Amino acid sequence: MDIYNSMVIAHLPKKQKPATHNLLTPLIIKYAEHTQSVNVCSLSAAKKLATFPLYTSKVAAGFPSPADDYIEKRLNPNDYLITNDTSTFFVQVKGDSMIDAGIFEKDILVVDRSRTAQMGDIVLAVVDGEFTVKILNQSEAGVCLIPANKNYAVIQIKENQVFEIWGVVTGSMRKFK
Amino acid sequence: MTRSIALIDCNNFYVSCERVFNPQLVGKPVVVLSNNDGCVVARSNEVKAQGVRMGQPWFQLNNLAKQHGIVAYSSNYPLYADMSNRVMGMLATFSPDIEVYSIDECFLDFSGFKTQDLTLYSQHIRQKIKQWIGLPVCVGIGATKTLAKLANYLAKNNPEFNGVCNFSVMMPQQQNDWFSQIAVSEVWGIGRNLTPKLHQQGIHTVLDLKQANPASMRSRFSVIIEKTIREINGIVCIELEEMAAAKKQIVSSRSFGAPVSDLASLEQAVSLYVNCAVEKLRRQQSYASTLFVSIRTSPFNKKAAYYKNGLTIPLPMQTDNIKLLTKAALWGLRKIYRKGYKYQKAAVVLSELVSANNRQSDLFDSELSGCKSDKLMNIISKINAVMGKGTLKLASEGYRQPWKLRQSNKSSSYTTNWNELIHVTK
Repeated sequence: MDIYNSMVIAHLPKKQKPATHNLLTPLIIKYAEHTQSVNVCSLSAAKKLATFPLYTSKVAAGFPSPADDYIEKRLNPNDYLITNDTSTFFVQVKGDSMIDAGIFEKDILVVDRSRTAQMGDIVLAVVDGEFTVKILNQSEAGVCLIPANKNYAVIQIKENQVFEIWGVVTGSMRKFK
Repeated sequence: MTRSIALIDCNNFYVSCERVFNPQLVGKPVVVLSNNDGCVVARSNEVKAQGVRMGQPWFQLNNLAKQHGIVAYSSNYPLYADMSNRVMGMLATFSPDIEVYSIDECFLDFSGFKTQDLTLYSQHIRQKIKQWIGLPVCVGIGATKTLAKLANYLAKNNPEFNGVCNFSVMMPQQQNDWFSQIAVSEVWGIGRNLTPKLHQQGIHTVLDLKQANPASMRSRFSVIIEKTIREINGIVCIELEEMAAAKKQIVSSRSFGAPVSDLASLEQAVSLYVNCAVEKLRRQQSYASTLFVSIRTSPFNKKAAYYKNGLTIPLPMQTDNIKLLTKAALWGLRKIYRKGYKYQKAAVVLSELVSANNRQSDLFDSELSGCKSDKLMNIISKINAVMGKGTLKLASEGYRQPWKLRQSNKSSSYTTNWNELIHVTK
């Protein structure tokens, strides 16, 4: 590797030689691509080096960006909304039965199937083959699903009903534009 | 050391995927049809109970479907692929050694897990996949891949196993009792052609095959059957392939939405199939040495004349160039095309594939084999990856494509398209 590097460097204009050794990589690549006289072997070796994105700032005159040592991953909404990618699904809300819980028409809900539902959780449930989003609760008569809108009635799950908790609603998304 | 290899197989995979997003289908007879709604490619248990066979043409089932209210879905491969990736991703957390065998099957090596109760562990896997992804799976465990397959077959078809059949905790006599109840045709690698020949030898059950002499069976049939017999006897002959082996050939074939008679439409279809095949070829970084193109009319239409023909075309160089491959395919198509038939299917097969490293270079470094075409191909691939399939294509594929797929009842892409999410209305 060092041999190849020095071969490429030999073609660099003198005043643009890198100041320190660990700056070699980005600079070499930049010039290797424009240097016609580099032999094929060293050019391909230099191009391979291009796959390491070590520095984000361009090195123009040999001075590194003072921020290069402090690079962190940019915020990604996926990390905020999703804890378990494999078991997470999205569904879209139609209707207003959960508006008091901040869930509105057209909102996209984040549903995580890997979580075990606790009483008080907002869940995506299936009652007699129909999807519904409600708050899971327990009454004297057994499991019930409570809407977050006083215009809707509580759904009391009866014994002969087919009832399943599809997943726990862990977040919601809404765009204004 | 005796190995412990598990095969995890999703039950009625395509149907189960549809049911996750449409719970009303649970308990109802459901089938999923092949591309173009031609044949049955997945059946719910309710449909299996009606005697519907795998691969049966859908039009033959019209009456039965009406009578029993069978619901038919067009295949929704984006959905199945995403669900499969979720399952395989989960399975990779249960063992370091895994082989994804197909879209709905996966081998896990549990050989190092001697202290674990593997039956219990497998029940845990089943339960977790059911909860996290909503898909039912069965697990079969044996000392070899062939035994794992057989164990999985038993787990699927015998409720007493509760979805997990583990040969390694069975007494030999008990295993043989089960083997005597399984038809030999269920053994991995024993196909439709071999089964009648085995019957002639008096081999009808798995037990018969297990007790056959491997050496004499090898001389009578092939080395493959010898390996199969040894595998049933617990001797590992087929290892787990952790890296998916690059395919030796790539097939791109489909039935048309409506029968096609004119050459121009066939040319468009064949161009598209070449495009699909080349995409796969380039994804595994291979080059093709030969191309096979074929067309046929419907074998089920008794009124119209039947015609079927194909041509293998050796290529002037090993290539992944879409222009060259399309040119070859269309040249072949024109050779085999006959006027006056209603064509129903076309196929393109790329074979004798070599990896990029083993490719022989061309003595006459023509434009097509050189860097120029590589660059062009790379740009086409990249643009199509970003902007969507088919953004850039050869003009020979045509624009209207009237022969294209019929997908009359496809479910939504619930997990891959923001505009097609489940709507929760209540």
